[in-house]
Formats: sequence, C-alpha cells, structure tokens
Amino acid sequence: MKEISKEAREKIKNLFSRYPDKRSSLLEVLHILQDDWGYIEEEDEEKIAELLDMNPVNVHEVVTFYTMYYRRPVGRYVIKVCRNLTCTLMGGETIINYLRKKLKVELGNTSSDGKFTLEAVECLGACELAPVMEINGEFYGHLTPEKIDKVIEELK
Amino acid sequence: MSLVITPWFGAVKIGDYIKRRGYEGAKKALSIKPEDVIEEVKKSNLRGRGGAGFPTGLKWSFVPRETDKPKYLCVNADEGEPGTFKDRYIIENAPHLIIEGAVIASWAVGIHRAYVYIRGEYLKFALILEKAIEEAYQRGFLGKNIFGKDFSLDIYIHRGAGAYVCGEETALIESLEGKRGNPRVRPPFPATNGLYDCPTVVNNVETIACLPYILREGGENFASLGVEKNGGTKLFAVSGHVKDPGVYELPMGSSLRELIYNYAGGVRGNRRLKAVIPGGSSSSILMADEIDVSLDYDSMIKAGTMLGSGAVIVLDETACMAEVLRVITRFYAHESCGQCTPCRQGTSWMAKIAERIAIGKGKKGDIDLLLDIAHSIMGKTICPLGDAAAMPVIAICDKFRSELEEQIRERRCPIERE
Ligand SMILES: Cc1cc2nc3c(=O)[nH]c(=O)nc-3n(C[C@H](O)[C@H](O)[C@H](O)COP(=O)(O)O)c2cc1C
Ligand code: SF4
Ligand code: FES
Repeated sequence: MKEISKEAREKIKNLFSRYPDKRSSLLEVLHILQDDWGYIEEEDEEKIAELLDMNPVNVHEVVTFYTMYYRRPVGRYVIKVCRNLTCTLMGGETIINYLRKKLKVELGNTSSDGKFTLEAVECLGACELAPVMEINGEFYGHLTPEKIDKVIEELK
Repeated sequence: MSLVITPWFGAVKIGDYIKRRGYEGAKKALSIKPEDVIEEVKKSNLRGRGGAGFPTGLKWSFVPRETDKPKYLCVNADEGEPGTFKDRYIIENAPHLIIEGAVIASWAVGIHRAYVYIRGEYLKFALILEKAIEEAYQRGFLGKNIFGKDFSLDIYIHRGAGAYVCGEETALIESLEGKRGNPRVRPPFPATNGLYDCPTVVNNVETIACLPYILREGGENFASLGVEKNGGTKLFAVSGHVKDPGVYELPMGSSLRELIYNYAGGVRGNRRLKAVIPGGSSSSILMADEIDVSLDYDSMIKAGTMLGSGAVIVLDETACMAEVLRVITRFYAHESCGQCTPCRQGTSWMAKIAERIAIGKGKKGDIDLLLDIAHSIMGKTICPLGDAAAMPVIAICDKFRSELEEQIRERRCPIERE
C-alpha cells in the first residue's frame, strides 16, 4: 500500500478552500498523488475516497475516464507524441515509428530499463511546432530523427 | 488598424501590463453599473470565441440578477479542438488580459468566484497564469474591495486531465465538480443551473481577453473593427503546410485567402493548395477554390462550414484525404464520452471504416456507408460532439469522393509524393 506523503497531504489540504465541496478537488488530488506515486492503482482508490469523503466507485470512474492518470508504473520520462491532424500532415507517423524503433518500445509501453514510456496522444495544442511531442511537461517541436536523437540523449 | 489582443503579448509581468494601460478596462467597468457593462458588451457585437459564436452580452443577460445562490464564472481554457493553440498564446504571452477580463465579466454578472479550467497538458502555462493571479492579488485587483469597491473576486485554476469532451461547457462543469466529463442534457442551461446547480457563465479564454479593450475603448469601437454582427478581431491559429504557422490577429470579416497568403506566408515550398480546414477539425473542409470567404461567423456558415475556434489547417497537394479522414474519425471515436448510442457506436464505426480505407482494405460502398453513419449521428445526441464528428466526414466524403474511391479501388494512396 502506498502512503500519502506529508507534503502531498499539505498540498491537498490547501485545495479544499478553493471549492464548496471536497469532491471537486479530486482531479488535482489525483495529479498530486500521481506525481508522488507514479500511478494510481485500484487499491489506492479507497484511501483517496476517504480523504475526500466520497464513494470509492466515484473515484474509480474518474481515474479511468481521464487519459492522464496511469494505472500502472510508467517510465521516468513519459513521451507523448502527437498523432493528430497537423502533426500527421507534417510527418508525424514517421516520427512515431522512429521513436518506437529507437526506444525499442511499442506505443503505450515502457522501455525495459524503465526509463521511457511512449504514448501517442491527440492534439497537444502546439500545432505550429508540428510534428511535436511533450516530455514531462516540456514541448519539443519540428521533430526530425536527428532532433529526437539529441533530445533523448540529453535525457539520459 | 487597431488590434485587441496581440498588442499585449509580451506583457507577462503585471508592471509591464499596467504600463500598456492594463487594468484600465476593469477600473472603468467597476465605475459604472453592472447592467451598463452588459450593455456595452452587447453593443460590441462580441461573440463567443470558443467555437459557437454566441453573443456574449446576451449570454450574460440570461443569468438571473437577483438570486440566493452564488454565481460562477468558468473560463474555458481546455483548448482541445485539433488545430487550436490560440488560447495558449494568450495565457503564455498576456495572462493579465484573462484576469482583467474575468474581473469585468464577474462585475457585470455579479460573480465572486471564477475558475479557469485549463487542460492538463498545459501545466507549464497554468503556472504562468497562477503567477499572474498572485500578482493581481498583490495589487488588489483580485480578492476583497477591488478598486476600493465593495466587490470581491477570487480566481482559481482547475487543471483537467486529458479529455477533449471536457471543453464542452456542461462536461467542463461536471469535471470541475470532480466527476467524469459527461455532458449534461439541456435544458436547463448553465446560465441558471450550472456549476453546483448555480447560475454559471462559461466563456472561452479569448472571449474574456477581448473585454478589457471593449471597456476601455467602448463597445462601438470594438464593433467597428469587425463587420455586421461580428465585432472585433479574431485570433487565428494557422498550421499545416504553410511557410509561417502561428497565431495571427485579424479583423472579423477578413478573407481566408489573405490570412493564408499574406499572414501565414502561403503554401510551403510553393506547392499547390489542396484544401483548408478553416475552424478546427470539426469544421467542414474547403477546397482550394473556396477560400475567398469572409472570416466571420455568418459568412462561414453560408459557405457551408464554420469559423469555429479559428484553427486553420492548411493542406497542400501532398495531403492524402484517406489519411486525413482516418485521423479525424479516430480522434472523435477516442473522445466520445459514450453516453449517446449514435455517437458512441457511430464514431467508432466510422473510424473502423476510415482505417481500412487508409490501409488499402476499403470496400466498395464504404463512402456511402460513412455518409449514412454520419447522417445518422447528426442532431441525435446530447452534446455537439456528435455533430462535430459527423460534419467533417460528410464534407470530406462529398468533396473528395473520387480520390477516396480511387484509393479503395487501387488499394493504395493515389497521391504522388517525392
Ligand atoms: C466537444 C466540444 C469541445 C469543446 N471544446 C472547447 C474548448 O476547448 N474551449 C472552448 O472555449 N470551448 C469549447 N467548446 C465550446 C463550449 O461548449 C462553449 O460553447 C464555450 O466555452 C462558450 O464560451 P464562448 O461563448 O465564450 O465561446 C467545446 C464544445 C464541444 C461540443
Ligand atoms: S454526443 Fe458523444 S460526447 Fe456528446 S454526450 Fe453524446 S456520446 Fe457523449
Ligand atoms: S495536431 Fe499535433 S499538436 Fe496539434
């Protein structure tokens, strides 16, 4: 069982004044806990529900609805590469395939050394940089195989 | 030419923003009656920049003035419509336009608490906005007794977590309440029964960012920048096969051709223009010879498409329409919340068919099948995501039928690429 750290508890407590009820802070609470734990599994849901005075079923519904919450461990770096329209028009499919081969990992999976998770995602709202990927909150655009080599090298 | 938003780009810190007459609009608003602020916004012909183009002043006037319940403002920064990135530019480059706009809207409607719903992927930009909000509190532009008035406003940021449908206003409200983003059946409308069942205004980031100009320069001035019933300027996010992709601010009623050729540098590598998706991926595609249209809500509808979010995706002659269809249908199938059968089943069925066409396994009759499915979704769903999924399919199948049929027959993409 994962423990909720003191820092996380503090952050969560500060959220409560933002909303008229505790439940509304659920999305942010999940972000905070996922930052700590890496992912949210089913057995964590009860603890979260208790924290927010809500039914575990309702926590489950939310964790499974939103794509940014992970159900199993992910790599130290999560690479979200865009598969939507502008990126595809600008050669995004080649970029996705290059990443798959380079990292030896299929979409949705994590490399064997636990370093990289590769995900194909919908429009990241950065289409002027197409083809584009986001790694742990940072955007990398105008991707080419050479540029990817450089970015990945710097992450190692 | 007067511009409404981009002249403030770069004024990220509050001091720089104030030097450029920042917060004068909010001050002006608070010096007149809330009803008069609504009047000014009505006069401005400002229409919602989130996609639907609903008149903003009119929307506000549906919120009851006297009520025992608290009222809420939700600023929609979910920005999920493929091709759209203009709200991100505002947050990144002029976050105080949003805060000042929120003060104006809240005073006008009688709101004391606002939430900015920002998509989860925009963490970096949420932090910029949070910093700006802190600055505004320090200056007394947020919190209690704003500009010495008996008026208070608190603004909080609420991060989403990856779901396009949460940009739809009632799904956004559900998501704010800590639930799945399932759109609600209307009526009732958010204006009377929104967040926590209380009267709620939902406005797009860009809509809110227009308000400081309107209050400072006057509604008539703003209206005169645009064309009839379409006041002001609009931000366009241009991407795809153009030389200079980016965000451009043009008066309402400018021509789409002008935007593409004079602002975005025209088609890259001097290739031939094939088509333009003018208002986000759910708008109907325009052929190369259909781009002499005026960029305003009414003209775009007359042209059989929509202005939408102002996301212009440019396709040159190398674009494969089967591929475009495949990406678009897969997106809506992935994002359907699943509440309505026509949307849930129709979108995944369309995605399956488009996929097989794209990989050379299409069947004779697939185009008609796609059209049938699309038509069976239109108008039969709880929220407009269903229509948003159907409209582009209908337009692409109608306008590029021969290319798609050739692909089905030849079992490969007919586009020659170097
Ligand atoms: C599926 C779907 C997604 C939407 N996404 C957004 C969005 O990301 N941002 C936005 O401002 N409006 C979005 N809208 C429109 C909102 O429902 C709503 O009309 C808008 O926020 C109202 O603000 P406005 O009047 O200022 O445009 C979306 C609508 C639908 C149906
Ligand atoms: S139209 Fe689609 S997204 Fe909208 S409520 Fe129905 S199933 Fe959900
Ligand atoms: S399509 Fe890739 S970021 Fe928008």
